[in-house]
This record gives sequence, C-alpha cells and structure tokens, in this order.
Amino acid sequence: MTNPSNHAENHQDDGHGHDHPGMLADAELSYYARRARAMESLLVEKEICTPGEIQAMVERIDARSPADGARVVARAWADPQYQARLLSTPEAALAELGYTLPETTPKLAVVENTAEVHHLVVCTLCSCYPRNLLGRPPDWYKSLAYRSRAVVDPRGVLREFGLDLPDSVAVRVLDSTADLRYLVLPRRPAGTEGLTEAELAELVTRDSMIGVTEARTPERAGV
Amino acid sequence: MPQVHDRGGWPTEEPIDREEHILADWERRVDAMHNVLSEKGLRRTDEMRRAIESLPPEQYETMSYYERWTAALEILLLEKGVLTAGEIDARFAELERPE
Repeated sequence: MTNPSNHAENHQDDGHGHDHPGMLADAELSYYARRARAMESLLVEKEICTPGEIQAMVERIDARSPADGARVVARAWADPQYQARLLSTPEAALAELGYTLPETTPKLAVVENTAEVHHLVVCTLCSCYPRNLLGRPPDWYKSLAYRSRAVVDPRGVLREFGLDLPDSVAVRVLDSTADLRYLVLPRRPAGTEGLTEAELAELVTRDSMIGVTEARTPERAGV
Repeated sequence: MPQVHDRGGWPTEEPIDREEHILADWERRVDAMHNVLSEKGLRRTDEMRRAIESLPPEQYETMSYYERWTAALEILLLEKGVLTAGEIDARFAELERPE
C-alpha cells in the first residue's frame, strides 16, 4: 500500500487508489479527473499539502454562497451611510460585516444600479467573479456564449434572462479581470419600506448581483 | 483574430445555456487544490489564467471548465518543478491498475 492520498472517506465512488476492488469506478472518472487524482496523490506524498488541507478548502469554498452578498446588499439598502461606504471603500465596508478581501489583488468594486444606469458584469477572458460573496460562479457565467455576447448585445442577453430594460436606462457592461472584480448593488424594489434587513436579503439573488436580473419583489420572494 | 480565450464580441448567436451542474467531487478538489497552492505561494491567478490560455485552441473549446483548471494545474506544477511529467504519468498509470 503506497497510495499516500487516501481520503476515500470523502469519496464514495471515485475509485480512489488501492482501496477499491477494481477498475469499475475508475472507468467512470474522466481522463482529467484521473489526472487530477494523480497530481493530488503526488502533492500529498511530497508533503506539499495534506488531504486535510484540501478537504478543509473544499468545505470553505462550499460554505460561500450568494447569501453572503445578499446580506451585504440588504445592509446597504437598509442603511444609506453603509451604502455610501460600500460604494466608496468596499474593503472597509465588507470588513464591518466580517468579510475580508485579499490585501493584494483582486480588488473589488461595488457598482450601483439605478433608474438611469444598469450594470452588467462579465469576465470575457475567463471567470473572474467575487467568489467570497457569491460562491462559485454559475456555469453560464463561464460559458463561451455569455462571455461573447454580453459585451456586444447586453440588452439581448438581459432579455434572455427576462429583463427588458427601456431605452431610457443606460446599460454599462463591466469586464472583470484577475485584478478587479465587481459586485452589483441591485435597485431596492418598491414597496419594501417595512421589511427587516433579513427580509430584504431574501429579495437579493445571485443573478441580481451580477446584473443579469433585478432583485425580486416581495411578492415573488414570498416575503 | 483574437486568441481563443479572448471571447468578448466573438461572433456567435448561441443562446446562453443557463442549466447548472452540480460539481463532481473531483472538480471541487481541483478547485480546492488551486486555492491551497495559492495560500502556500505556489500559484497565482494570473499565471493560472496564462496557463489556461496556452492550451491549444481546439482543446480549449471542447474542455469543461474544471478540465481546463486541471490542465493548468499540471502546466504550473511542471513549470515550477514541483512535479515532473514522468512522476505524474507513473502515478496516473499506477492508480489505473486494479489491485
């Protein structure tokens, strides 16, 4: 038994190494999945990292979700002074709520959607995205079609997502980079004056923080 | 003609497929490996993107997202001398073999 990366407890069916009876599970893993397994096994054997570190990171990444970004947006809606800080100094404003951004890059910019201007975020080169506030990006965000079309036909893309903006609203497309990512502060829906911050957060969807949709109305969210 | 990764404005009428897939364990582990190596100073976002962008265009077009990440991980680990191609090939073959 020389397989050093024995973390089969995390993988029920990955055919991981020598603990499994045969090739059946292996055959279900794609070439790249098996390539990744070989690299992980070597990284662990060479003590570059441990299976525990990798598993802990999986769990850390899994724990992030759009609920984090929604909490920030709801605070901004509820507190105009917080909103001003979020737009002008996002790092400090996020730290107030316990979200720390890297000291170097990527930086985060928060952009406000209004009755006059609608922002839409894309990463035409790859998948830059504020993962610490929104979780992992959805498949479509990384898709070749979204990356191609968002910058040349943003209104068409928005219509595809169900948002038909009048010509009076300017559309600004922001292209993320590895150094600068964006969070959209969606417009606060009408008729939400009496809602608590937690109820407001229920209206804030992942897609509204990318700018492909608006926040949900209380009726739609069932708040 | 822009390079294959540089998709902004690339001519296409293709609708955006909004279906999302639940990540497989191996995809989550590749994601995590990149992040663990980042924290150890062994990998940066820029070089990872550059590695992805160096993939042959026909491969880039057909690979899934985390397949590209896996290929980029291998490129970076070889470049940095953390692993050798021979080691990876050998371990890959070893893990293929039944008990």
